[in-house]
Amino acid sequence: MKAAVLVFPGLNRDRDMIAALTKIGGAEPAVVWHQDADIPDVDLIVIPGGFSYGDYLRCGAIAARSPMMDKVRERAAKGVKVLGVCNGFQILIEAGLLPGALMRNTSLKFVCREVKLEVTNTDNAFTRGYAKGQIIRCPVAHHDGNYFADAETLARLEGEGRVAFRYAEATNPNGSINNIAGILNAEKNVLGLMPHPENLIESAHGGDDGRALFATLLNKAA
Amino acid sequence: MTLANDIAITPQLVADHGLKPDEYQKILDLIGREPTYTELGIFSAMWNEHCSYKSSKKWLRTLPTTGPRVIQGPGENAGVVDIGDGQAVVFKMESHNHPSFIEPYQGAATGVGGILRDVFTMGARPVAAMNALRFGAPEHEKTRHLVNGVVAGVGGYGNAFGVPTVAGEVEFDARYNGNNLVNAFAAGLADTDKIFYSKAEGVGLPVVYLGAKTGRDGVGGATMASAEFGDDIEEKRPTVQVGDPFTEKRLLEACLELMQTGAVIAIQDMGAAGLTCSAVEMGAKGDLGIELDLDKVPVRETAMTAYEMMLSESQERMLMVLHPDKEAAARAVFEKWELDFATVGKTTDDLRFRVLWQGTEVANLPIKELGDEAPEYDRPWVEPKIPAALAADDFPQMDVADALLKLVGGHQCSSRRWVYEQYDTLIQGNSIQRPGGDAGVIRVLGHDTKGLAFTSDVNPRYCEANPYEGGKQAVAECWRNLTATGAEPLAATDNLNFGNPERPEIMGQLVKAVGGIGDACRALDFPIVSGNVSLYNETNGRGILPTPTIGGVGLLPDWQKSVRIGFAAVSQPILLIGGPAERGTHLGQSIYLRDLFDRRDGDAPHVDLSAERKTGDFVRTLIRSGVVTACHDLSDGGLGVALAEMAIAGGIGATVTDIEDHDPVLQYFGEDQGRYLVTLNLDPQGEEIAALWAEAKTRGIEAPWIGTTGGTELVLGKARAVSLAELTQAHEGWFPSYMNG
Repeated sequence: MKAAVLVFPGLNRDRDMIAALTKIGGAEPAVVWHQDADIPDVDLIVIPGGFSYGDYLRCGAIAARSPMMDKVRERAAKGVKVLGVCNGFQILIEAGLLPGALMRNTSLKFVCREVKLEVTNTDNAFTRGYAKGQIIRCPVAHHDGNYFADAETLARLEGEGRVAFRYAEATNPNGSINNIAGILNAEKNVLGLMPHPENLIESAHGGDDGRALFATLLNKAA
Repeated sequence: MTLANDIAITPQLVADHGLKPDEYQKILDLIGREPTYTELGIFSAMWNEHCSYKSSKKWLRTLPTTGPRVIQGPGENAGVVDIGDGQAVVFKMESHNHPSFIEPYQGAATGVGGILRDVFTMGARPVAAMNALRFGAPEHEKTRHLVNGVVAGVGGYGNAFGVPTVAGEVEFDARYNGNNLVNAFAAGLADTDKIFYSKAEGVGLPVVYLGAKTGRDGVGGATMASAEFGDDIEEKRPTVQVGDPFTEKRLLEACLELMQTGAVIAIQDMGAAGLTCSAVEMGAKGDLGIELDLDKVPVRETAMTAYEMMLSESQERMLMVLHPDKEAAARAVFEKWELDFATVGKTTDDLRFRVLWQGTEVANLPIKELGDEAPEYDRPWVEPKIPAALAADDFPQMDVADALLKLVGGHQCSSRRWVYEQYDTLIQGNSIQRPGGDAGVIRVLGHDTKGLAFTSDVNPRYCEANPYEGGKQAVAECWRNLTATGAEPLAATDNLNFGNPERPEIMGQLVKAVGGIGDACRALDFPIVSGNVSLYNETNGRGILPTPTIGGVGLLPDWQKSVRIGFAAVSQPILLIGGPAERGTHLGQSIYLRDLFDRRDGDAPHVDLSAERKTGDFVRTLIRSGVVTACHDLSDGGLGVALAEMAIAGGIGATVTDIEDHDPVLQYFGEDQGRYLVTLNLDPQGEEIAALWAEAKTRGIEAPWIGTTGGTELVLGKARAVSLAELTQAHEGWFPSYMNG
């Protein structure tokens, strides 16, 4: 199982993501700079968190229009798994790979804290390492994670089992509709989520609830 | 030599540049002619208090700055301390007080940006940040707005840059009503053999400008920061710079990548007084002249004058001296990161600082006198008047449980969660202890067990009452907070915030506080390796509380053995280690008096430095032996507040017995120094704890068993039991309810 981490200028959780993939997968992922000619032949493409292009214009909007994202779109269409975390999720939405929008948190403030997530659906390559309905801990750190979609899109997401994670136990930190923390595309090979499972994978992090996500993707035991 | 001058240098213009008549005379004597307008600007930038330390230098020299682990002390962009295994921690704290009061978001943001740049300029990747914030009284009309803006600014910059904020301070006092304090700390990691310095070496080498373009923002910022505020403060907004963390993040990556290529001979970030200060420092330190051609400087605005370019404080810029044969490789790195790269000058052998603009020379000045030989003052000072100690029975009574709830739920001791949840505290994945404890702890990348602890401390009430004892106490508390995590305190950085040094009583505060800091640092082997002085913190003639903030760094051989403040388990004995047998005795300048009775009297508590050291060394030994399950130092609010904080953090109650014949108010709220609370995983009747007590006795340290963890209430002796829920609600409630108010 080979993975690549895409890096746009301004992303800053690339090192956290590379560390998680390396520690859990046992091999370092390929690191792809946004101006590289192509993405190597991998099974998983990860867009990590941060502030690509300073979050100027709109979070993720500039990176989403990078030629590199055309390549991501092509790979996704061929079934390669794509994971976007935080700013990565924002980029996937702006690039049209996932529906809806991520608005400013209802508090209008950046929020960094631990929340509880319900693993809402497990019939996909990302979350099948968890039990359906399982509650896990996970940190968040974002300013614009308030997920919104119109009623029709929302009905489709819910109806097709495409809500992967939901904020649980009244810990919704940003006002997301239906407590949505992470969603899948129709083919279920693209996942975007606001929380940072890569920051909860070992004892130094005070827990490892995020580990199963990567272990499943990388075909390793959690 | 005559240089053309199209703007007349009048006494008013000189005064507007913050230069006193005698300082202007010094300029005339030095260059033997009237300076040009640009030169006047350069002098004002270099000789202002902020850049020259002219009032404080004499006293800063008395501080201990060396030690077996110190690689670089004050004088560079940041201090460098050896942490073993070929690794070093690089750190500094710096103020951005004046800008943050004028424009809180950008002022605070660029304060964070500036300190991060100081650290990565030296080749270190930033791994931790802290900030010490002091605001006016909560009820003051501007306070809420300033708290909102400063906290958002600190977060906005640090979060986007990608450094975890691991600790900090937030305090309120009416004396900061017109002048808040924003002291930003950053620490980075570097290899000891790959530290970069600002001293230029070699003649005829390219001086290269990197980073963002130069605009008119911040022109004269350092001069503004060296003056007091009057009622015209709103007019000073244009002197505040605007931060761009996105550029800073790219600048970080580009600089570290560039340093790998071996192209960098010297590097200096453009902070206060931008291009002027960075060029002069690189040249003066290396005993070289510098020639700059301003027509080559990347600009973002048209028709900028030489004066504006030399004084611009546009952010995210660097100046470097590069190996000429590696210039192309260096350029490629900067092009990759889409940053400006321009050769703007060269080093010379004539010790002159020469500036060319539109083909003419607009400045030609002696570089040493501008830089490391800038004027220095021995300002008059008077011995501070120390208030009489409180009489033994001179304190009002209050029910212990009521007092505790009020203090825990008051502005001084309540939880700062509202603040630190706006900071990314876990990016980089190495945060072991996040804000809310005694010190932030991170693990050190590249090593299996090593950790670093960080804390920032000062008690301005104590410093106001007794500057010498307050200076000592700031260092001791910092050292104590590091020790309470199990860390060995390594070294510190000082950020000295005072009022107008031209007033002898303010100068007296500075002199005595620095004396106290020096004595404490020597007694605790805790050298000062970097720092910053911020003077003229006053508005309409009223100074702030003297606030010498101490930022400390400690080393943990094994972060898994570090302990936190929260009670970890039930039925564990609680020991109070250090201090007098009566537990608490000192209420002068306490939070109990100030916040419950509006009394600011009595002397500050004195720190017994040998007891401090003895107690701290004992506590650290206990923590490292593995018997300690939680540890917390005693500070504001004494034993009572410390116990409450441990209970709240751990979600476990405790029952504490008091001493029969000693007033409970003194016992629970006295602010005697050098004390820690620990809980132990030992049987209180067993042999191991008996051995611990025997050892404490041998060392001459009090270590009474004062209570036991457990239950859902905190019971302080005969006082009414307070439920954890009530305590937590009070503790967590103040900040959000204040900010929503």
